[in-house]
Amino acid sequence: METYQIYSLTSAVLFVIGIGGVFASRHFIKKIIATIIMGGGVFLCFVSFAERDALSFADPVPHALVITGIVVAVASAAFALALARRIYQLTGEESFTNDK
Amino acid sequence: MKDLPTSLFPALLVGLPVLFATLSLFFRTRGKALVGLTGCLLTAGLSLIAFVEVTQRGTVIHILGGWEPPLGILLRMDSLAAVFIGMTALVGVFISLYAWRYFRAQEATTGGFPLFWPLWLFLWAGLNGLFLSNDLFNLFVTIEVIGICAVALAVLSGKSGALFAGLRYLLAAITGSMAYLFGVALLYGSTGTLDLGLLGQVLEPGTTTTFALLVITLGLMIKMAGFPFHFWLPPAHSSALAPVSALLSALVVKGAFYILLRLWMEVFGVSLTYAAGQLIGLAGAVAVIWGSWQAFMQTSLKLIVAHSSVAQLGYLLMIFPLLILAPGVTAGSADWLSSAWTAGVYQVMSHAFAKASFFLSAGIIIMALGHDRIESLRDLVGHMRITALAIGIAGVSLIGLPPSGGFIAKWMLLKGIFLSGQWWWAPVVLGGSLLTAGYVFMLLRLAFAPAREKEPFRPVPKSLEVCALLLALGSFLIVLPADYLIQFLESSEIFGSGIESIVEGGADGND
Repeated sequence: METYQIYSLTSAVLFVIGIGGVFASRHFIKKIIATIIMGGGVFLCFVSFAERDALSFADPVPHALVITGIVVAVASAAFALALARRIYQLTGEESFTNDK
Repeated sequence: MKDLPTSLFPALLVGLPVLFATLSLFFRTRGKALVGLTGCLLTAGLSLIAFVEVTQRGTVIHILGGWEPPLGILLRMDSLAAVFIGMTALVGVFISLYAWRYFRAQEATTGGFPLFWPLWLFLWAGLNGLFLSNDLFNLFVTIEVIGICAVALAVLSGKSGALFAGLRYLLAAITGSMAYLFGVALLYGSTGTLDLGLLGQVLEPGTTTTFALLVITLGLMIKMAGFPFHFWLPPAHSSALAPVSALLSALVVKGAFYILLRLWMEVFGVSLTYAAGQLIGLAGAVAVIWGSWQAFMQTSLKLIVAHSSVAQLGYLLMIFPLLILAPGVTAGSADWLSSAWTAGVYQVMSHAFAKASFFLSAGIIIMALGHDRIESLRDLVGHMRITALAIGIAGVSLIGLPPSGGFIAKWMLLKGIFLSGQWWWAPVVLGGSLLTAGYVFMLLRLAFAPAREKEPFRPVPKSLEVCALLLALGSFLIVLPADYLIQFLESSEIFGSGIESIVEGGADGND
């Protein structure tokens, strides 16, 4: 198995763990962490595809995309955390109940 | 692509709203609203000028900063994009005017929500960017801008119900965009390009492509609240402020649909089978029936309207089975493709106008009554004639009675269904209309019923009612230029195209 394949497979595993976590858990923070794990998987996948056989150096485009993607993901996660914190301050709840 | 005529408009359509959004951040409450409204009016005007430009010169492009793809970003405005941008401008300008008056009227008690303006302008820039994008990653960035702005708008009221709904919406949006991005990574890994046109040419059928198609479709279905991922939509749309609800349901969900349509028709042609089309059509059909039924069962006006969005978005998914041809049918012999496309475009437009009008009317009623339980709609006609008229007209368009835009959409959908021989979709279209008629007439019956007791209808600014009425009328007026609009759309490469199924291999299906 080549090195990049290990990374690609790991990325798929991370993605599945993340998407499972988003749907399975109820706690706000657990859900948010799950989306971050999903993001980690996706970015690892991008970076692992940067290897090109014909070139001696890595393909720069995926790296540029991943940087942008990380910025977006951080912004979303920060926003989600802010919302979760606000809900906790207003209601004292920290997870989704069935009817909400 | 690069030899198409260049125009400055695509760049301005994204840049102008961003400029005004940033500018408005420097002002206080009143100033924010003033700068914001100015930005909205200018952006709407610019959009309409750009629309005219595309009708005259055909597809135009803009290469940002002179950096050619793949390093730079190419914006492309073809007739399909122009129609979506024009629709956003028309609906957006009325919602902006309404929002201006609505927040002004409540300024004393609520502070006037000044942050609405920068967020809405950023959202508008995101939407325009999305319609103009020509590569997968740009689409990801614009849909993230839209998602974050949309959630921020949805929680603007700061009430705990809205925050819960907003967090759920945000988590769904992040999950959706990560799934989409995973698909983009796979496509880039297997082809080395992100350009839509180029991908359509070089993409080969195979497991990777099928898997990419699957996760991208999954992500976009979550984003556009397609069944069974509609769970976040009703609470988020119903708990937002009135102008925001109108924006979210009229424009934001259409963004994800636009990407789905472009990707399926331009990129994934090689991997789509007849079964894939049938499956996504089934998701749409279930959404139509389930959403309409849920709307029928609700007791508060905004929840009715929000559930009705789930159903109306279902109709959009139902055009996909018509666009993917059965094995052995060629695009040349499939004469229903144009009907299906017309149905899709008209469903998008008529739903945008009618649903925006519906939500704005609901906002007026909440302003007058303090709540939106439908029992209190009794004698609405006596107190607020114009709002009752707006609800009636918008409702007629949602049901799909002639001569509304909704009628063209459903008529063309039925025409496509029968011409293509896929008769099993027809009962869904008719049943959905029947259920829609059920809840619209339920509202109208109450509106005309005499009041049991004196409900204190507080006076509401007339201009708000007029905005809602004009939007409702818009869902009828879009019928007038139908011939011209379809002719214009046919100049776009993508309009009227279909996917010829591969006989073997490729996707087994997806949802």
